[in-house]
Amino acid sequence: MRRLLIALFLTCMAALNAPGTAHAQAMQVLEPWMRATQADRPAAVYLQLAGGPDRLLGVASDVAGRAELHETIVEDGVAKMRPVAGVLVSPGARTRFAPGGMHIMLLDLKKPLKEGDVVRLALTFERAKVVTVNVPVQGMRATGPGSDAHAGHGAPARR
Amino acid sequence: MVAPQQSPPTPPADAERPRSTFLIGLIGALAALLMIGVGAIIWMTQGADGPLGVGGPFALVDQDSRPVTDRTYRGKYMLVYFGFTFCPDVCPTTLNHVADALDRLGDKADKVVPILITVDPKRDTPEAMKQFAGAFSPRMVGLTGTAEQVAAAARAYRVYYKENRTGPGPNDYMMDHSSILYLMGPDGAFITPVRAEGSGEQIAADLARHIK
Repeated sequence: MRRLLIALFLTCMAALNAPGTAHAQAMQVLEPWMRATQADRPAAVYLQLAGGPDRLLGVASDVAGRAELHETIVEDGVAKMRPVAGVLVSPGARTRFAPGGMHIMLLDLKKPLKEGDVVRLALTFERAKVVTVNVPVQGMRATGPGSDAHAGHGAPARR
Repeated sequence: MVAPQQSPPTPPADAERPRSTFLIGLIGALAALLMIGVGAIIWMTQGADGPLGVGGPFALVDQDSRPVTDRTYRGKYMLVYFGFTFCPDVCPTTLNHVADALDRLGDKADKVVPILITVDPKRDTPEAMKQFAGAFSPRMVGLTGTAEQVAAAARAYRVYYKENRTGPGPNDYMMDHSSILYLMGPDGAFITPVRAEGSGEQIAADLARHIK
């Protein structure tokens, strides 16, 4: 029944949108941030998605040879990172990519990313197609979007 | 097990003989029991899971390429974490919280050495450890070593780690690893595990409870 309703909803949504119109405005990418990297170390990008229903299928960036959707799982005290095939975005709830959970992994970086750099990401969704986002690079001591290691020395992370 | 009853039969001619044999046997049995007991304690502290068995000697190389052992940090509390510099999510998050916790501890922080031990010695050179650990706190020590040295340190701390391949290239792997902070006393003895997922505030509170 739920599936039928979603299908119906999707059909209505599709009918409302003129053919060829991107659904980019329906998909919001919020609070993107990442930490600076060292040498050839990979990076993790954090952000939030609002909109949908849709599914994030993949990510690409000019700065990285590869970009993957990953999830950190802690099982019996052991932290593991595993690739995620796709991430569902449901209306009414933000889909969060946050430390210790889901993140976008940027691998094979062409050069280290420094604090103050901006990384452009292309997120590919099932329906919204390609949505681009600019990710500000923060210092290694950043713990959240807009948190500043220097100004926030010893202060709790802003979430 | 050597039991006194199983001692070779003694000639009945000497009346004193069986008694002394019995005594010797008894002492022997007690000694055997004592050894079993000591052995069991050693086994429990070394070989079984439990707080008693965490920590112990290690020989590694620090971020300035100096050879170090657990004794190098005697007199200070060690806050030990195993991670790796190619770790983009869990390790920076944990180490940031550790750095934040030390900031919150004020003067007490001077008694603590935060130590990151790599589980990826293949890629984590002392230089890489210096850059990585130093990015979170100037106090943070980054230790690496040979594969064997790292394996021995991880074994001592009951830390699990395993290479998890992500592609065909030499660099295409991540490490699964135990993500727990271990607080060790100034004498090197294990005090308590500290939740690595905790915020800086929580870690600081945990440390403050144990640091004298």
